[in-house]
Amino acid sequence: MLEHDIVIIGGGPAGMAAAVAAFDRGVNDVVILDRDDDIGGILRQCIHNGFGLHKLGRELTGPEYAAVYKKMVEERGIKVYYETMVTDLTSDRVVTASNRDGILKIKAKAVILAMGCRERSRGALNISGKRPAGVYSAGTAQKLMNCEGYAVGKRAVILGSGDIGLIMARRMSLEGAKVEAVCELMPYSGGLTRNIVQCLEDFGIPLYLSTTVCEIHGDRRLEGVTIAQVDENRRVIEETKRYIPCDTLLLSVGLIPENELTRAAGIPIDPITNGAQVDENRETKVKGIFACGNVLQVHDLVDYVSDEAEIAGTAAARLVLEGKGKTEEIKTGAGNGVRYVLPQCISNRDGDVALFMRVTEPFGKVRFTVRSGDEVLATAVRLKAAPGEMEKITVKADKLALVKDTVTVSLEEI
Amino acid sequence: MIYDVAVIGAGVIGGLTARELTKYKLSVVLLEKESDVACGASKANSGIIHGGFDPEPDTLKAKLNSTGVDKLYKTAQMLHVPHKNNGSFVCAFSKKEEAHLKELYDRGIENGIEKMSIISGDEARAIEPNLSPEITAVLNVPTAGIICPYELTIAAVGNAMKNGAVLLTDFTVTSIINDGCFNVSSADGRCVKARYVINCAGCYGDKIAAMVGDDSFEIIPRAGQYILLDKKEGARVSHTIFQVPSKEGKGILVSPTVDGNLLTGPTAEAVDCPMCVNTTPEGLETVQRLAAKSVPSVQFREVITSFCGVRSSEKNGDFIIEESKAQKGFINVAAIDSPGLTSSVAIAEYTVEVLKNAGLELELNPDFDGTREDPHFFRHLTDEEKNEYIKKNPAYGKIICRCETVTEGEIRDAIRRDPKPQDIDGVKRRTRSGMGRCQGGFCKPFVMKLLAEENGCKMEDVTKNGKTSQMVLGKL
Repeated sequence: MLEHDIVIIGGGPAGMAAAVAAFDRGVNDVVILDRDDDIGGILRQCIHNGFGLHKLGRELTGPEYAAVYKKMVEERGIKVYYETMVTDLTSDRVVTASNRDGILKIKAKAVILAMGCRERSRGALNISGKRPAGVYSAGTAQKLMNCEGYAVGKRAVILGSGDIGLIMARRMSLEGAKVEAVCELMPYSGGLTRNIVQCLEDFGIPLYLSTTVCEIHGDRRLEGVTIAQVDENRRVIEETKRYIPCDTLLLSVGLIPENELTRAAGIPIDPITNGAQVDENRETKVKGIFACGNVLQVHDLVDYVSDEAEIAGTAAARLVLEGKGKTEEIKTGAGNGVRYVLPQCISNRDGDVALFMRVTEPFGKVRFTVRSGDEVLATAVRLKAAPGEMEKITVKADKLALVKDTVTVSLEEI
Repeated sequence: MIYDVAVIGAGVIGGLTARELTKYKLSVVLLEKESDVACGASKANSGIIHGGFDPEPDTLKAKLNSTGVDKLYKTAQMLHVPHKNNGSFVCAFSKKEEAHLKELYDRGIENGIEKMSIISGDEARAIEPNLSPEITAVLNVPTAGIICPYELTIAAVGNAMKNGAVLLTDFTVTSIINDGCFNVSSADGRCVKARYVINCAGCYGDKIAAMVGDDSFEIIPRAGQYILLDKKEGARVSHTIFQVPSKEGKGILVSPTVDGNLLTGPTAEAVDCPMCVNTTPEGLETVQRLAAKSVPSVQFREVITSFCGVRSSEKNGDFIIEESKAQKGFINVAAIDSPGLTSSVAIAEYTVEVLKNAGLELELNPDFDGTREDPHFFRHLTDEEKNEYIKKNPAYGKIICRCETVTEGEIRDAIRRDPKPQDIDGVKRRTRSGMGRCQGGFCKPFVMKLLAEENGCKMEDVTKNGKTSQMVLGKL
C-alpha cells in the first residue's frame, strides 16, 4: 500500500486549486489522481471565453484557465497520476485506483473529493420515442467537437437552457449548423444571462420557455423531434405539439455531482445539492475527507470552484499538519426563497464564514437575511436573483459569536 | 457452396438453433438483416426464466417451458451468460385474485412445475419487505430466474461460429426460391444456397414464410415498454415480482437484473409494425403506476433509461414450430413470444428434431465444443489477479466506462470476439460500456475511437445501431 499525506481525486479546476492550496499551506506530499491523460477536467473542452474574470482578473478560455493552474501544479512538483481511475474509497481513507501500471491502493491522511459532475441523460428524463443516433448530452457533443474535431450534426434542437446548452447552441452555429430552437421546460432559463444574450440572441436562436421535447423520431439517425408547451404542472399541452426536423438533439438538462465514491465511503449526502454535507472547511461528516467543486455543489462559474477548492485544500493541509479538529456543529438551513445553503454546518467560530446558496425561482430586487434565532447576522441586497446564479453572503466572526444552534438564510422581495 | 441449413434471423432462437445444429456434421449459415445479432425482441425483453405455471397444459409452450428451464440454466453456465435463479413471486391483491393464484398453482402442477407454494402476504413481506402491504397472497416459484437475453444470443451465435457456423449480417432476405435447393437472396444482391431453411425471423416470420407461399399464420407485433433503474434501486426486491394477470396489467413486473439494476415493465400493446419500438408517455406512466402497485417504494427518479421491445405473437397463442405445409424443407419457428426466452434452448433442440423428421440426416460432430470463455472474467478477478493481467496487457488497467467499470482491454476483446460488434450499441451489449447511469456521456467518444481503430475505419463511419446511424458527420 502506498502512502500520501493528501490524495486529491480528480484533476479538474477543483482538484488543481485544492492541490496548490494544500501545498502552499505546507504539505509537500500532495498527489492528484485523474482519469484523463491530462489535468484540467471539463475545462479542456470549454474553448469559449468567460473564465477567470473574478479569480484572475482577466478573461480566459477554459483551456487557458486550466493552464494557469496546471502551471502552478507543475511548479510545485505536485505528483499527478494520469489515466488513473479511482474505483473505491473507504471511510478510513484508503483509495483504490486502476491505471496501466495496475491496481493502486493508497492510504491518505486526508482525501479531497473533486470528481466533478456528470450530465443528466436522456434516459433520466424519460423522453418517449425511439433511440436513434444523434441524441447527445451537450457535454459529450462539446467533447467530440472541441477535443476530437468532429461535426456532430447539421440541424439541431437543444433541450434545456443550462449554460452548456447555450454555449453549444453558439458553438454549433459557428460551425455552420442550424440551431432550430432551445427549449426550456421551466418558465425561466437556468443559464447565465450573459450566455442567453451572447449565445442565443446574438445568433437569432429562439428560446422557447415552458416548452419540452416530448418525442424523439428516427430509426437510425435522428430525423426530428416533437416539441410542445407545458402547463404550470409541466404537463404537455397536446394542441401545442409541433414537429421539428433535425439530425441532432442536445440535452443540457442538469448536472449531477458524481458522488458514487462519496457514497462508497459512507459519507452523508445533502438531497438538495446531491453533494456531501460539509462544514465551512468543506470537510465531510467523515473526518479527513473533504469535498470541493462541482462534486459538492454545481457551480455557475469556475472562479468560485477555485475559491472553494482553496478552502478545502487549506483545511486539509491544516488537518494533516496540526490535526485540528471540529469544536462544535452549528447547522445551517434554507428559509424563504432559498433552495439550499452550503456549508450545511459550521464547526468553528474562529473566522468569517461565507455562505453559498441558490434561490428557488427568479426574483427581482431582494434582501437576503442571515439569522440565528432573533439575531440578524448579515444581510445583502441584490437587484435580482435567479436560480442559475450562485449567491454568496459572508458572516463575520464577531457575528458568529451570537449564534445559538442554527443559522438560516431567507430572502424577501423589496 | 450449398449449406445444409440456413437459419434466418440471429435472435436468441436463431442463435441457439444454429448452435444446436453445429452439434452435428452440418454446414450452417445464419442470416441477419441487422448489423448485429440480438437486435429485435432478443435485446428488449424482461430477461425472465419463467417457472412454467402459466402456459395452458398440452401446448408447445407448456412443454418447452417446463423442459426449457433446466436446459437454459445449463446452457447459460456453459456459455458464461449472466443468470441467476432468484425465484419469482406472483402477487394477489384480493380474494378474487387469490382464487386466480390457485388456478395458476394447479396449472403449474399439471405442467410438472416443482417446488411451488402459495404463501400469505405477510410471509411474502418477511422475505421481500418492500412488497405492498395490500398484497394478500403470493405464488412462490423458486425455480424461476433471470438471465441477460442479448448476452445469451451473442454467446449462442459466438459459440455456433466457434463450431463452424457462418454469420452474415446486413442480410435482408428479399426472396426465397426453391430450384432443388433454396436460394435465399438479400436486398444487396447476395444469395445463399441451402438444402433446408429455418425461419427464426421473429416479428418478420410471416413475411419470410410468405416468400415460400406459406400464409398459414400472421404475426401480431406486440410492444412492451420498460423502465430501467439505477443500481441504487437494484436491491429493492430480490425476487421477480409479478402481479396476477388482470384486465389492466397483464404482467407488469418488478425485477432485479443480472447486472444489479431494477427493471420494471412491460406494457402489452398491439402495434402496427416490428419497428414500432417507440416508448410513449402513456406507456411509461402505466409502467410506473403498476410497478408501484406491487412495490410502492420504487424510486422512479432513479431511472436510467426506458426502452421498448416488440415481440411476435399469433392469434392461437402457441409457438409454431413445424415444417411448412406449403414448402418441404422449410421450417417455421414462429410466434415465439413469452415464454420464448425461457424455452429457447428447448425450442432449438425441438427444431432440430423437426428438421430430422423433415429428412435431414444428423451425424454427431465429435469436435463440437459447447463452451464459451467468460468474457467478463476480468471484473471477477481479485486485485492481485488483475495486476497480473494488467502487467501483460496494460489496456486492462485503463477504465473507459466509469459507471460500469469497463476497461479498454475488455472493450478491445469484445470488438475482436465473434460475433464482432459493428457499432456502439453492439459494444454496449457486450461490455456494458455506456449502460450505466451516465448512459455513455463520458465513454462514448472513447468507444468510438476504439471501434474506429480496431475496425480500421474513420470516426465518421462509426455507427450507433446499424448502417446509416452515424455518430458524427465529418471533420470540422
